[in-house]
Amino acid sequence: MSYSAIKVIKEAFTGHRGWKPLWRRPEPKPEYDIIVIGGGGHGLATAYYLASEYKNKKIAILEKGWLGGGNIGRNTTIFRSNYLLHDNEKFYEMSLKLWEKFEQDLNYNAMISQRGVINLFHSDAQRDAYVRRGNSMLINGADAILLNEDDLRKKCPFLNYDNARFPIQGGLWQPRGGTIRHDAVAWGYARAADQLGVDIIENCEVTGFDIQNGKCNAVRTNRGTIKAKKFGVAVAGSSSAVMANAGLQLPIESHVLQAFVSEGLKPIIPGVITFGAGHFYISQSDKGGLVFGGDIDGYNSYAQRGNMTVVEDVCEGGMAVMPMIGKARLLRMWGGVMDMSMDGSPIIDRTPIKGIYFNGGWCYGGFKATPASGKCFAHLLATDESHPNAKAYLLNRFEKGQMIDEKGMGAQPNLH
Amino acid sequence: MSQKNRIDGGLIDRQSTLNFTFDDHHYTGFKGDTLASALLANNITLVGRSFKYHRPRGILTSGSSEPNALVELIKGSTKEPNSRATTIKLFDELKAKSQNCWPSLKYDVQSINDCFAPFLTAGFYYKTFMWPKSFWEKVYEPLIRRAAGLGELVSLPDPDHYDRGYRHCDLLIIGAGAAGLMAGLVAGRQGLNIIIAEEDFLFGGRLLGENEEINGMHCHDWIENVVNELKAMPHVRLMAKTAVFGVFDQQTYYALERFTDQIDTIGPRQIIWEINSKHVILASGATERHIAFGNNDRPGVMLASAMRDYTNRFAVRPASRVAVFTNNDSGWLTARDLDKKGIEVTAIIDVRSEYEHQKIAKKYPNIPVYSQDQIIKVHGYNRVKAITLLNGAKIHVDGIAVSGGWNPSIHLTCQHRQRPTWNDAISGFVANEASLPSGMKVAGAAKGTYTTKMVLQDGLNQANIVLSELGHASSKMHTPSANDDTYHGKTFWSVKETKQRAWIDFQNDVTTKDIRLAVQEGFYSVEHVKRYTTLGMATDQGKTSSVIGIGIIAETMNKSIQETGTTIFRAPYVPIAIGALGGPHSGKHFRPTRETPSHQFARENNAKFVETGAWLRSQYFPDKNESHWRESVNREVLGTRNNVGVTDVSTLGKIDVQGKDAAAFLDKVYCNTISTLNMQRCRYGIMLREDGIVMDDGTVAHIANNHFIVTTTTANAVQVYRHMEFCRQCLWPEMDVALISITEQWAQYAIAGPKSRHLLEKIIDNDHDISNTHFPYMACDEISICNGIRARLFRLSFSGEMAYELAVPARYGDALIRHIHEIGKTFNLTPYGTEALGVMRIEKGHAAGNELNGQTTAGDLGLGKMVSKKKDSIGNVLSEREGLTDPMRLVLVGVMPCDSKHKITSGSHIFANNLACIPDNDLGYISSMAYSPMLNSYIGLAMLRNGTDRFGEKLRAVNLLQNQDIAIKITSPHFYDPKGERLRG
Amino acid sequence: MKINHPLLGPRNESEFTILGDAKLLNRPNILESNQAQAFYEYLYLRDNPIGMHRELWFHEQGDRSWLIVTRNTLTHEISKVELAANVVNKEGQAK
Repeated sequence: MSYSAIKVIKEAFTGHRGWKPLWRRPEPKPEYDIIVIGGGGHGLATAYYLASEYKNKKIAILEKGWLGGGNIGRNTTIFRSNYLLHDNEKFYEMSLKLWEKFEQDLNYNAMISQRGVINLFHSDAQRDAYVRRGNSMLINGADAILLNEDDLRKKCPFLNYDNARFPIQGGLWQPRGGTIRHDAVAWGYARAADQLGVDIIENCEVTGFDIQNGKCNAVRTNRGTIKAKKFGVAVAGSSSAVMANAGLQLPIESHVLQAFVSEGLKPIIPGVITFGAGHFYISQSDKGGLVFGGDIDGYNSYAQRGNMTVVEDVCEGGMAVMPMIGKARLLRMWGGVMDMSMDGSPIIDRTPIKGIYFNGGWCYGGFKATPASGKCFAHLLATDESHPNAKAYLLNRFEKGQMIDEKGMGAQPNLH
Repeated sequence: MSQKNRIDGGLIDRQSTLNFTFDDHHYTGFKGDTLASALLANNITLVGRSFKYHRPRGILTSGSSEPNALVELIKGSTKEPNSRATTIKLFDELKAKSQNCWPSLKYDVQSINDCFAPFLTAGFYYKTFMWPKSFWEKVYEPLIRRAAGLGELVSLPDPDHYDRGYRHCDLLIIGAGAAGLMAGLVAGRQGLNIIIAEEDFLFGGRLLGENEEINGMHCHDWIENVVNELKAMPHVRLMAKTAVFGVFDQQTYYALERFTDQIDTIGPRQIIWEINSKHVILASGATERHIAFGNNDRPGVMLASAMRDYTNRFAVRPASRVAVFTNNDSGWLTARDLDKKGIEVTAIIDVRSEYEHQKIAKKYPNIPVYSQDQIIKVHGYNRVKAITLLNGAKIHVDGIAVSGGWNPSIHLTCQHRQRPTWNDAISGFVANEASLPSGMKVAGAAKGTYTTKMVLQDGLNQANIVLSELGHASSKMHTPSANDDTYHGKTFWSVKETKQRAWIDFQNDVTTKDIRLAVQEGFYSVEHVKRYTTLGMATDQGKTSSVIGIGIIAETMNKSIQETGTTIFRAPYVPIAIGALGGPHSGKHFRPTRETPSHQFARENNAKFVETGAWLRSQYFPDKNESHWRESVNREVLGTRNNVGVTDVSTLGKIDVQGKDAAAFLDKVYCNTISTLNMQRCRYGIMLREDGIVMDDGTVAHIANNHFIVTTTTANAVQVYRHMEFCRQCLWPEMDVALISITEQWAQYAIAGPKSRHLLEKIIDNDHDISNTHFPYMACDEISICNGIRARLFRLSFSGEMAYELAVPARYGDALIRHIHEIGKTFNLTPYGTEALGVMRIEKGHAAGNELNGQTTAGDLGLGKMVSKKKDSIGNVLSEREGLTDPMRLVLVGVMPCDSKHKITSGSHIFANNLACIPDNDLGYISSMAYSPMLNSYIGLAMLRNGTDRFGEKLRAVNLLQNQDIAIKITSPHFYDPKGERLRG
Repeated sequence: MKINHPLLGPRNESEFTILGDAKLLNRPNILESNQAQAFYEYLYLRDNPIGMHRELWFHEQGDRSWLIVTRNTLTHEISKVELAANVVNKEGQAK
């Protein structure tokens, strides 16, 4: 069912009785061509691009809980392509371009709002690093503008310029970055994939892989064994646990990242702002809530909740950089399980087991990567070749010393 | 006209009249009022507008579950948006304004949205605003954003102060209602250290709004007696206005005390308390919910319990003709209490049959009762005018008391992702006793116990259990006599015969139709429905609405409520000001400031300071006649290179390494060999991370037998020390070596320049020979200065000049810099800052932070030969991986503009001439740059692909970000004195 | 979180810095035949279990001891805290 102005008006006058479920609830079939494990953003996008670009394949998505219940439903909704290293920048810029046509491609309004992303800098060295990064962005066809303090005072008069421990010198601004209604991304991909014949199977947990002679033939689930030729694993924070079922250890740790939203307020924050001298970033949703976050808690966790040390650290950062938010109230806090890789960059690659393909290690950059991740993973699953924009995201890059380490933090996942 | 709805009785102080304004109109209230009760006393019932449809809204509740009555509290130039009128303790000169309405609360233009309600159903925006594409950014979204939000934030800094505190106790009791007070009394009498935290500004909980007896006295008197007794116990701490909002790991509880809040008394506005208690009794009571029926959101519709609160506690008549609509016994209590206060109750409409409510009905003979009946429609716009019942009767009323049953306040039992259990008998979710947070017990209404007598008894029992767990004797107290009528209720969510929209979530405007539409569109999971309709996501966090929504999902899908389940409960239990969570760490106090030993001296000498991590370092020392910082820096460089300069290098990390395995240990942590270093000699050292990338560089000084002092960069001091302790304790604990950080213990000054030795000779004591023969480049020793003050001297050079670093115990740091300065006058000494330091290090081609960026190997920095392959050291093996030895890696080179007038910029990328600026052609980037007064040109360091083979090549430094494209030539990074003759002089 | 330091009693998580999987104690011997592989596995392949996890914490704002904390990654319950040096020494003797 396509959404159109006429349809919306007709339904309004007929009591909305004509709207149908966004996706079917099929029983799993005994066999598919390709099974995508994980009904989050990346899994749904992968299935959508598989179905739309590599046709005539029987595809299923297996989701252990409810669709979109992982990190696609618990992030801070930001998209941007402001990376330093070309291997990342070209991938995230591809993603940003896909976001820009998401609504037309999927006939679903995810309220993509390109109100810009500003990364503040507070020292000469930080400025130099941002100039290098801004140039990387421009070299890759993205957009970037260097703001000085005067520019910022005009754009964001509410920042703390005059009483700051770490004075604001300027910012690197990506006007095309912004925010998206995150749940709508999952629903939009689910609806579009379903319409292309993908079976979305919720409450179906993978409990094992049938592997013979180094090749995977089927997955065991709580809803029975399902065969397929290829299996694409896109389960973010659960990567280590799922891949352990296939006997693989990953260069990944699972960490909790907390995020926060305030009560609804009249619009005041123009886009996304990231503090450069502490852990704090913020945007404001179309509904008015201040959506903000900071650093991961730092310890391995699957609890989907964190502790107050980080909450206080984030709010200290917020008060340091924009002390007007003191009287806004934090309404909800939650945690997502981040698949933190060993160099801070993702993996989209084959695994040593034939038939099993892996997509993970997104750290806390996974949401904005959703369309490109889906497209590149679909390309890999369909063609057995890495997509040109994801050629560096290989599983064996750590063995070879070809890390893609944006922050230069080394093999320390909680610092990326 | 003043307080026309004020009636007799209540817990207010009629001697203390308080003035306040609402929307600029002046009113009075009494001490003990909330803003809500004072507004009702003044007959103000329209107080807010809803989020989406801008429907007129009144006061629904009497506490923190309020979805409607949100106001902005004004204080000077700041305001506090979204404040619940029902929890604001009235104070004199309070100023409140309605929000989310324009031009006024009564005539709100955006209430037109309500006419478009057929379009604005749940999820409408996902299906629309897509045509044409360009309209979303330019037209639709700006319109939506303009309508967004409720209250307004002022864009000025929050002027208030906040604090943090820590408390510990044997037993934390959350909630001071009947159960909490009883538990406190029992445990307090047995001597336990107790904290009782109560969200309200009065203790008593639900009892404050009731009109019943305990132990033969009015319940208000019983509360007063108990509170007085508890207050007299030194080991009991009663905390009012304190909401425990979160349960964290290892029995850590967090609470917000609204300490002074808006009231002008001394102290922080709010305090966040971390409370550590192994035992907790959760006595948080229960929250009443409403029933969804047509236009049930009109001002004048109020929870039945809130009506009792306003009548009994606040002595306010909430309405003059009231209908009670209930599915349980507690609605009847409201009818009784209103009747007693002379407020007309025109009808009790009970969805239950006469048989089901017979027990309670017997006690209320004088009120017309409509059994098995329902309200299908409310008449009136800004205020309830009448109701129509299912049986067709139309009754004129100006208030409706609604009771849809009670939700035990189990929030704090479920914050660790526990799932509550549906209890049919009380028609509510209760905590799963098997999965409570460690050490927590639930008492009273919070676990679904609804009669006063049983609540008191439960408080007593739970306290006794805690006493026995702590090894104390249990109390011999008896449960006080109190009302023990059993509670009966029936599960009933919404009036299905209603044609009008029936509200579930008042603030977010979620109706029963929205829930049904969500299910129709395939949103079956309760999490999906919440996200699709925004049910329960408003500032009241769904306290009144969530369970009704779950009930209606269950009904729509023909599932049980237990199967439908709840969404996850998450902290905070009540919204918490971000300012409070930030605590005292705002403005300059965001992080501590570390000052160097020469800070005072530098300030007196007009230094400009720069933040270097937590340190403040001298950046440069402008002279009076210098107008641009570069003039100062050039002077400092030339002064140092021509004569002598001094700078504070105390911020460099200093680690003291001692023990008979010290040298062997350092061989492990440095990639180059240290064990061959002679006594009284220094060596440059590089530490790798285990992944083969450079972690840090610095010097190692073999100062005495089995005694080394190593330095780190300022930025990495903490990490390097942590890493070395890891190596010592976790990898090689068998080694005899001890480490201690001595960064703060020693003040250290670099004295550099051709006259440095002459200057030093005037400072050090006579028995030390520092001639070039006795104290050559890279020598070090323990010496004394100024007649016997202990010092350490290192002949190290970062500037490339003959130079020394002189260290003294930190307490002499200030005196020493002044002494050097004084003696230095005859040598034209120039104090220099980090800028000149940076210029000189770039002239010498030393890598620093911009090059030691965690992405470079020793080889990249031209130091590959330092990685000794004769020994094991951290990072040695993995540094040999193919990706790290690739000849096409970026390596350190020098760059100069072809035209010395051109300025090059750090962060520029490097391209060959005539090649497009695309990723494949990118050869590297400029990492550091400076103006060199020695070369009279800008110079830079760059990381360049295949760089060592490119010396002499001409390339371009392209800075697209700032529209620069500069011709550069590639050189060796050693711009100045490449043979190092000056530093050995 | 609170970590019950074996010498100093319960301490707030904010006093500590975490490194991660305690397998980092088992640094391969440089003389091993397949060093490159051994070091790769040592540094990059981490235990990341749902449940009990042995991990290294540094008491940075305290006595600067490295601790091995056994902690449940699903519930955050801590069942054991040991001084790393003691454990390594003991294991060394056992070898």
